[in-house]
Amino acid sequence: MSENNALLEIINLKKYFKTSGGMLHAVDDISFSIDKGKTLGLVGESGCGKSTAGRTILRLLEPTSGEIRFAGEDIRALSAGELRKKRKDMQIIFQDPFSSLNPRKTTYQTIAEPLKRQGIIKNKSELADKVIELMETVGLAERLKDTYPHELDGGRRQRVGIARALAMNPQFIVCDEPVSALDVSIQAQILNLMKELQDHFGLTYLFITHNLSVVNHFSDEIAVMYLGKLIEKAPADELFDNPIHPYTQALLSAIPLPKLQQKRERIILKGEISSPIEPKPICRFANRCLYVHGRCRSEEPQLRIVSSNHVVSCFLSE
Amino acid sequence: MNKNYALDIQDLCVEYRTPIGVVKALNGFELQLERGKTLGLVGETGAGKTTTGLSILNLIPNPPGVIVKGSITVNGENFLEKTEKEMEKIRGKIVSMIFQDPMTALNPVFVVEDQIAESLMLHEKLIKNDAINKARQMLELVGIPSARGKEYPHQFSGGMKQRVVIAIALACSPQLLIADEPTTALDVTIQAQVLEMMKQLKEQYQTSLLMITHDLGVIAEICDDVSVIYAGTVIEHGSLKDVFEHPCHPYTEGLFNSLPDLDNRTAKLKPIKGLMPDPINLPEGCAFYPRCNYAMPICKMEKPDKSFRTDWHYVKCHLYKNGNFSERKIGINE
Repeated sequence: MSENNALLEIINLKKYFKTSGGMLHAVDDISFSIDKGKTLGLVGESGCGKSTAGRTILRLLEPTSGEIRFAGEDIRALSAGELRKKRKDMQIIFQDPFSSLNPRKTTYQTIAEPLKRQGIIKNKSELADKVIELMETVGLAERLKDTYPHELDGGRRQRVGIARALAMNPQFIVCDEPVSALDVSIQAQILNLMKELQDHFGLTYLFITHNLSVVNHFSDEIAVMYLGKLIEKAPADELFDNPIHPYTQALLSAIPLPKLQQKRERIILKGEISSPIEPKPICRFANRCLYVHGRCRSEEPQLRIVSSNHVVSCFLSE
Repeated sequence: MNKNYALDIQDLCVEYRTPIGVVKALNGFELQLERGKTLGLVGETGAGKTTTGLSILNLIPNPPGVIVKGSITVNGENFLEKTEKEMEKIRGKIVSMIFQDPMTALNPVFVVEDQIAESLMLHEKLIKNDAINKARQMLELVGIPSARGKEYPHQFSGGMKQRVVIAIALACSPQLLIADEPTTALDVTIQAQVLEMMKQLKEQYQTSLLMITHDLGVIAEICDDVSVIYAGTVIEHGSLKDVFEHPCHPYTEGLFNSLPDLDNRTAKLKPIKGLMPDPINLPEGCAFYPRCNYAMPICKMEKPDKSFRTDWHYVKCHLYKNGNFSERKIGINE
């Protein structure tokens, strides 16, 4: 991998939360990098730590340990003031367009706020031009500028969220389940829009989702998380054609396909995700794995390279 | 009516009369579910899916909801002619419903075995001890150790809670089960478990199942027949094979084309243009025409009638007015 092309590098990132039952290992020692203009899909099920990872990378949550390098600069070393400036380059689109917009602000105010706050544009008419331009970019009609969130449908609300993120002219956007709350016909509109914006502005995305068919459509590389650990990472095609970790295999086989032919053999996992509080140093998937053997319950597998760009943490791959 | 239908809905119209206008949630809605089969009702937010489920049990919040006309027939009895007292005997006994969100469907202050036992005591007139024993059997049946019956809902994960809800719904062996997006709130691996379990239980109890969902993948997984609903009307109905292999309505086509294709990863998605029509102000004629790529002048003026491709597969679209199904009218991603 060419190090110098990486816009974002995450090295041994950890985020633990203190709970009454002990330390909750939400993100436990994950590393990856994303090249400029590319998309990394981060997939996993509820509670695997994918959203926490996204937020920790932007320092919306303070990491417990690890390094976050953005364009070569260590984000963790920045002071609050420096971080605020840096945020121009790093934005986030949230899952729920219903709760991520201020209900008392109009579309115009929502999009204008970051522009004002960062002091990019001071002139009022320039600001108005910029907001309208942003609304056009994301496909919102100018007549909607004085609407409040409750007057907009989910798809339009998500467009406001995207316009707000784009306002800063960022290089990098964390997309945290941006289409999960939307209907399929609207979902496709938003995905196409995000793809066009990426091509147009050369954006780099970290695309967090539980929806594997969406991530497959959207990503250059895919990383799979399970209970705070990154367990497999590969280019999108490679991961779908040749998943190695038993969890990845089960996850892929569980996608209900809207097709009658090509019914795949379904791997039905037993049991549910175990607790992320003070996990034992063994394979975290062991209690659900179909191929579990003695070593999985006594030792923790490490990420290993199996072929170029394909890494996996499972004893079976050795 | 045909005796083989577990559920037969004819010409159902439901309105929500709100201060800003009358929301026409269902307009001449019809649906037939064959006994012992699974029918998928698929559509998007606001299409009227949940209103359908609630209408069957007469649970539409009134006001503002009003069932204006139509019939809902189960076992030859029209539910719309029943009194509230009679409906109470039907709910949970003859017809049960599973709601989308297991987090809110359970009562947080009762242990789960009491919640399962409640309907058994009410409908089956079991005494408390017997009901609790039966409740524990139900828990085992849905894959939860019966010892956990003494726990409260918050002690269960989302998938487990949905299993409890299913146990409640099946406790009195209903003839008809309405499942409203039962797996939407669950992760895919858990969804796979729950769907598999529902399939088995349905066989075992010989229940007819109405599966309400927006997910064509779930439909392909579990259903025998499919009805596609748009703006309160079923616009296409047929067997799973009919609808998936010969989709006729442009909206059905649009739904399939909007989905990312796992085999063709770089293909640009083809969304349906525009938005769902405002149910307060539905277009005259075909409700889909403003979004339709094949709209003709007639679509704007006249509501399309049913055109039958086979005895069982129909579509409401002017493209097929003369019954000509031989030519390919619409293009599906291939």
